[in-house]
Amino acid sequence: MTENKLPSGHTRIDSLEMRGITKRFPGVLANDKVDFDVRSGEVHALLGENGAGKSTLMKVLYGMYGPEEGDIFLNGKKITIDSPTDSINHGIGMIHQHFMLVETLTVAENVALGLPSSRGFLTDLDKVSERILELADIYGLKIDPDAYIWQLSVGQQQRVEIIKALYRGAALLILDEPTAVLTPQEVDEFFVIMRQMVADGHGLIFISHKLHEIMDICDRVTVLRDGAKIGTKTIADITKSELANWMVGREVIMTRELDDVERGKPRLSLENISCDSDRGTPALRSVSLDVHAGEILGLAGISGNGQRELAESITGLREVTNGKVILEGEDVTNFRPGDVTERMLSYVPEERMKDGMIKDFSISENMVLREHHISPFAEKGFLMLKTIAEHTDDMIQKFRVKTPSRETKAGSLSGGNIQKVVLAREISRNPRVLLAAQPTRGLDVGATEYVHAQLLEQRKNGTAIMMVSEDLDEVMALSDRIAVICEGEIMGIVPRNEATPQKLGLMMAGVVPEEEETRTTSFTL
Amino acid sequence: MSPELVIVGILTSGIRLATPYLYAAIGEAFGQRSGVLNLGVDGQMLLGAFAAFYVTFTTGNLWLGLLAAVIVGALMGLAMAFVTVNLQAVQGISGIGFYLFGLGMSELLFKMLVGTVKTVSGFQPIAIPVLSKIPYIGQVFFEQSIMVYGAFLLVPIAWFVLNKTTLGLKIRAVGENPEAADSLGVSVARVRYFTVTLGGILSGVAGASMSISLLNLFQENMTSGLGFIAVALVYFGAWKAWGVLAGALLFSLINASQLWMKVLEVPINSELASTLPYILTIIVLAMSASRVRSPSALTKPFDRGD
Ligand SMILES: Nc1ncnc2c1ncn2[C@@H]1O[C@H](COP(=O)(O)OP(=O)(O)OP(=O)(O)O)[C@@H](O)[C@H]1O
Ligand SMILES: [Mg+2]
Repeated sequence: MTENKLPSGHTRIDSLEMRGITKRFPGVLANDKVDFDVRSGEVHALLGENGAGKSTLMKVLYGMYGPEEGDIFLNGKKITIDSPTDSINHGIGMIHQHFMLVETLTVAENVALGLPSSRGFLTDLDKVSERILELADIYGLKIDPDAYIWQLSVGQQQRVEIIKALYRGAALLILDEPTAVLTPQEVDEFFVIMRQMVADGHGLIFISHKLHEIMDICDRVTVLRDGAKIGTKTIADITKSELANWMVGREVIMTRELDDVERGKPRLSLENISCDSDRGTPALRSVSLDVHAGEILGLAGISGNGQRELAESITGLREVTNGKVILEGEDVTNFRPGDVTERMLSYVPEERMKDGMIKDFSISENMVLREHHISPFAEKGFLMLKTIAEHTDDMIQKFRVKTPSRETKAGSLSGGNIQKVVLAREISRNPRVLLAAQPTRGLDVGATEYVHAQLLEQRKNGTAIMMVSEDLDEVMALSDRIAVICEGEIMGIVPRNEATPQKLGLMMAGVVPEEEETRTTSFTL
Repeated sequence: MSPELVIVGILTSGIRLATPYLYAAIGEAFGQRSGVLNLGVDGQMLLGAFAAFYVTFTTGNLWLGLLAAVIVGALMGLAMAFVTVNLQAVQGISGIGFYLFGLGMSELLFKMLVGTVKTVSGFQPIAIPVLSKIPYIGQVFFEQSIMVYGAFLLVPIAWFVLNKTTLGLKIRAVGENPEAADSLGVSVARVRYFTVTLGGILSGVAGASMSISLLNLFQENMTSGLGFIAVALVYFGAWKAWGVLAGALLFSLINASQLWMKVLEVPINSELASTLPYILTIIVLAMSASRVRSPSALTKPFDRGD
């Protein structure tokens, strides 16, 4: 093994430099003469608000976008990258913010896609599976190579993305918000992988909105604002709050107190509901929960333990095989989704790109997707375009959605801004019950602050809120009570003041807390 | 005629008649699996049929005729690929354009170059030794022309290519999530060019199977919409080779029964009977529509957004 080889046998990238990158989209200057570089053996963070141009810069590097201006240098030599094939050949890999997986194919097929096969024109999926299991073993990424992507949870799909890049032996890895979908434990495990890769001589580019992660894992950080580079600093020279203020350009409130709000009657009750997963195996096992007016019930758990199925059971998107869903005293079990949401239940789905909006519709169309047929957005069957436009502009301003116009296609917004559109639509109708899955996933510090304020505002107004989140900090900061789900079962419900990360972490891993009373009391309340 | 003979007769012509459906629908399935809906199949078939007929008619060489159909089909496929991949046209509409072009062009060429309906001597049945001697079955399955055998062989080949090769994996990925395929360096454009051109070639061959194997003549609009049924068969077959086979057999058997009813002078309105396959198309499509999911990117042009 020579000096500049990685354990995978691929050539190391000592340095990679982007100089003067400019990228325009219609009406948007996404990257404005940006310089960026990364070296072998370091993690370089890219930080910036939603829509600052981080993903765009990385897509330029990965060959998905051709920049208007700028050059890329590999080990000091200028290279041209016109397509992902070029960048893969140069040893660059990318894990995208929005997964690039083919749902109808298996894990192994997704990994093998586009690679030459050892059996010529025949696929060699057995070999691929073997190698996947090998990599999975080394890096602790539990995955079944024969599972179909559509059967996997978001967290599991993330693992497939990581394996896909590792499989290709990338020397330089672009990680676009890889931790957004992971639990704290999973993030720790992921960092172990990252550290190992860095020690092996990989160069990593890490995008995250979670400042503590950046402080934890990165060597340098570059901040982008409105497409332009603000600066690059060494992590050792900066504190977390300095970083937050530097990025947003103002003081940021990082922690928040809960107001005293009187808890009302239960508005949403689940009585022993069970349902099946896409695979037909049991996903929920007799789950019972109450969500009261004026409270936030946090649902914590490791991704893929039934959270998605629970939300879908409530909203009528998935058949409940047993038990009842009671909305304000009315049995709405297995109602059609439209009939459930009509009863003023709002739903912010986990997969906002797929379930939360229509990519090819404009922002204003997406904004009224739920209520386009009723007053004030429609009168006598006609769309009230002026009202819709005003409402959309209002929402864009309030939620600080970064977009050239209200007519922009939702699909072309940055990840965080898409989430803001969905949130704005669901919250602005003043729901009686709000079901929010991962509401701040992918949002920048400033936007997270805003969403949290909105949730607390809703709580104050007496909305019953169920917040599904894998972010323990978020759950503990906002919830009145925290239910923990593991393998489709509620392990227990912990009141806010008794919750500690250790306790919740254990429950998330399937350990039932000793004091059984917590569970029973929460039922009688 | 004895009932056995009638049944053998129906089955034999059913297998024969499945030929053009199979070529055309398998070709269409490749296109659709990669995300391209080609509604121009019927036009491609007509031009293929004419090319095969005319070259055979003038040279007397069936293989040259078949080659002509392949070339014409490939050109039509390439044109369709250019329009859908490079120009990103709306696929449904451009397909109908290609259909009308093929319909008109084949008619024009026929009138200019041939004039009246003439026949050629097409591919003759080849009896497969031993197997063709099996009572009943032998006649039905093993005494057919090379083009019929080819059509049935195409089914397992298509299944194999789609499911067991790297190319098939690319085709399926491109039809479901072109962005993902693109991000792994798979050229969406190349894959779609390949499948649509292949579809054109197979449509051309489907046309040739009619003009130089089944009917051995060329007539204006001789496919009478068969290419559209082939598109429907792809839906019916849930985008799977074996499903397409099942659909093709169902349709051809119904067609054959209908023809035999005429021969046997069964007292049934023959116009009504000949609409049977079309009515069946509608029923079957209505039923299969909710049953299976089409490739997610079907009819969607791919654009990387830069
Ligand atoms: N394909 C596209 N077409 C048009 N505009 C785009 C496209 N992709 C991104 N943009 C715009 O470019 C800007 C930068 O977007 P980008 O996705 O790079 O932001 P980001 O920093 O990654 O944000 P986030 O943290 O929300 O992911 C945004 O204003 C976005 O709307
Ligand atoms: Mg981004």
